[in-house]
Amino acid sequence: MTDVKLADVSGPYFGQYGGRYVPEALIAALDELDTEFRKAADDPAFVAELRRLHREYTGRPSPLTEVPRFAEHAGGGSGAVRVFLKREDLNHTGSHKINNVLGQALLVKRMGKKRLIAETGAGQHGVATATAAALMDLECVVYMGEEDTRRQALNVARMRLLGAEVVPVKIGSRTLKDAINEALRDWVANVETTHYLLGTVTGPHPFPEMVRQFHRIIGEEAREQLQERIGRLPDVVAACVGGGSNALGIFNAFLDDKDVELRGFEAGGEGIESGRHAARFSGGALGVLHGAKSYLLQDDDGQTLPSHSVSAGLDYPSVGPAHSWLHDLGRATYEPVTDDEAMEAFRLLCRTEGIIPAIESAHALAGALRVGQAAAAEGRTGPDGEPLVLLVNLSGRGDKDVATAARWFGLLDDGAAAEELERQEGRG
Amino acid sequence: MTTTTEQHGAPRTASATATLIDRLREQENRPALVGYLPVGYPTVDRSVEALKTLVDHGVDIIELGIPYTDPVLDGPVIQAAAQGALDAGARVHDVFRVVRELTDHAPHVPVLVMTYWNPVLKYGPDAFARDLAAAGGAGLITPDLIPDEGADWLAAAEAHGLDRVFLVAPSSTPERLRLTVRASRGFVYAASLMGVTGERGQVGSRAEQLVTDTRAAGADRVCVGLGVSSGAQAAEVGRFADGVIVGSALVRPLLSDEPLTDEQWAARLTDLTEVTEDLAAGVRSARATAPAGATVVPGEAP
Repeated sequence: MTDVKLADVSGPYFGQYGGRYVPEALIAALDELDTEFRKAADDPAFVAELRRLHREYTGRPSPLTEVPRFAEHAGGGSGAVRVFLKREDLNHTGSHKINNVLGQALLVKRMGKKRLIAETGAGQHGVATATAAALMDLECVVYMGEEDTRRQALNVARMRLLGAEVVPVKIGSRTLKDAINEALRDWVANVETTHYLLGTVTGPHPFPEMVRQFHRIIGEEAREQLQERIGRLPDVVAACVGGGSNALGIFNAFLDDKDVELRGFEAGGEGIESGRHAARFSGGALGVLHGAKSYLLQDDDGQTLPSHSVSAGLDYPSVGPAHSWLHDLGRATYEPVTDDEAMEAFRLLCRTEGIIPAIESAHALAGALRVGQAAAAEGRTGPDGEPLVLLVNLSGRGDKDVATAARWFGLLDDGAAAEELERQEGRG
Repeated sequence: MTTTTEQHGAPRTASATATLIDRLREQENRPALVGYLPVGYPTVDRSVEALKTLVDHGVDIIELGIPYTDPVLDGPVIQAAAQGALDAGARVHDVFRVVRELTDHAPHVPVLVMTYWNPVLKYGPDAFARDLAAAGGAGLITPDLIPDEGADWLAAAEAHGLDRVFLVAPSSTPERLRLTVRASRGFVYAASLMGVTGERGQVGSRAEQLVTDTRAAGADRVCVGLGVSSGAQAAEVGRFADGVIVGSALVRPLLSDEPLTDEQWAARLTDLTEVTEDLAAGVRSARATAPAGATVVPGEAP
């Protein structure tokens, strides 16, 4: 393994993490998927078709946008920091999720399966999966925690418009974790005809590696775009980390550039001390959930603890095994961002740049503010006294979060508007 | 890869589970009845009463579940009981006390603990094996641990003389059947169908083929689970399997959204007795005739 670049490490293990902690019934399907994935990766026709879809359907490459007015707040107004956003929010369906979904959906066509199942938290992965299913004429069932169907009612409607069946999951904590449990149960029963289109870099091998491969384009594009724009690499790359697919996607292109600092921001919820958070690297320990060994929020008995975040997409008690590996290697650092900090960064980007981010991505923005402010305080700069360059993965757009933000900031002074929002959220 | 006891070799400690299954096959010409209940549902004490009801009415081997927050191989009935047990405060260490009470009550009944992997990982596989062995437990059934990931568990089980029951499924390849058979001790758990636990109108038609294939892969004992809920189904499966594993059908009579009075609980145990006796009769009628000299324990179900 010593000669393998960090960016190319393959499963089933990332250090001591990863593996396949799943029922035997799924092993044959995982082996088939692994084989097909490797064959496809070497097949020019597959690579070309995915590239075509990225270009003509998703709208890749996604732009790289410098945000100077936002950056003023990240550098104490001194101009000592430049912030660039990788605009995955501008992808078709509104987030980075489509990269992985199109890749897996093409694999499904190759394998001849006709039915897709997926889990979703914020709804972005569910929407992307429903979209690919419509595009490629596949049946689609999306499992979503009942709590999340309320938080993200618009995405539920969006998935149904696209022809998917959305199944609210009413057991356990009724969030993403329970949606994955239900999807796994469906998969065990229907594995011979069904593909589980897992939406992040966790789960049993080959998912963590495969999903990383489908998202590595994020970092590769950003690296090239930044080189073109400023002629050098960023000093810091920031991303939010739920399961960790957008973060790994952008980190991956810089893993072997040891001068580039990689910073992941988890959901700190109401604060670590409150116990209501999803900060696996602050409050978690080695464990197994949903097929992978990784950091996990759990109690003394190994029971999974409920996570909490204002953003459904980060509300997950475990994290992709590659992140645990990078954490232990010290190659990336992970720290929590509270709901309050994320929402302040959310508002700041809206007001300074006219970009409404997903609340998930707002955690990365809050992290960037923290990094920039700390650098300014320490007098830290880029090489040769140049401004410090922060690259932030803006993994999704905030249309789905307007209702949450409106309530958070008390923007609903009109009774009718409030009623409409309540109705959209399924609470009316 | 961890060294494991060869299925056909001479294990350091004989498996009580294997010995029992062999005895039932040779002396009574019948399969074993393996009955599942979770620890701590509706309370730890009542779960002990329910488990004793099973062994008093014809269950040969106990599969004792540890309630877990994310039971991905369980259907709605066992999920509900697991959640109920956790809500009532069931802890992992309760399993050792319950194993001890059961083995004191019925020393001839092997008690296998069925658990998802994370609670054991958290406890420490070796410490778990040590404490389970000390309590008189026979071993573990691990629905989400495949032998490929089981090096720590195999070493711990070997060190403490415990059974390790791994699962095979209709989708298992011959190569994986051989791997799983080699790693298993006690018996191999054959999932009758592709799916999660629960009662079903019919037992999967692929069960018999899977048992045949698993034997061809070297297994001496293959028990069948998933979907068996009646005496008739137990008899059908018992024609070809060395054991019939029943879970949801035994849990269902105990399920209740409300706390039960002593009287109501007693009635539930009566219901559980009926289901158990039906299943016990099923395994005893599975094969046409008993060999000469078969011993029938008086007082047990016909």
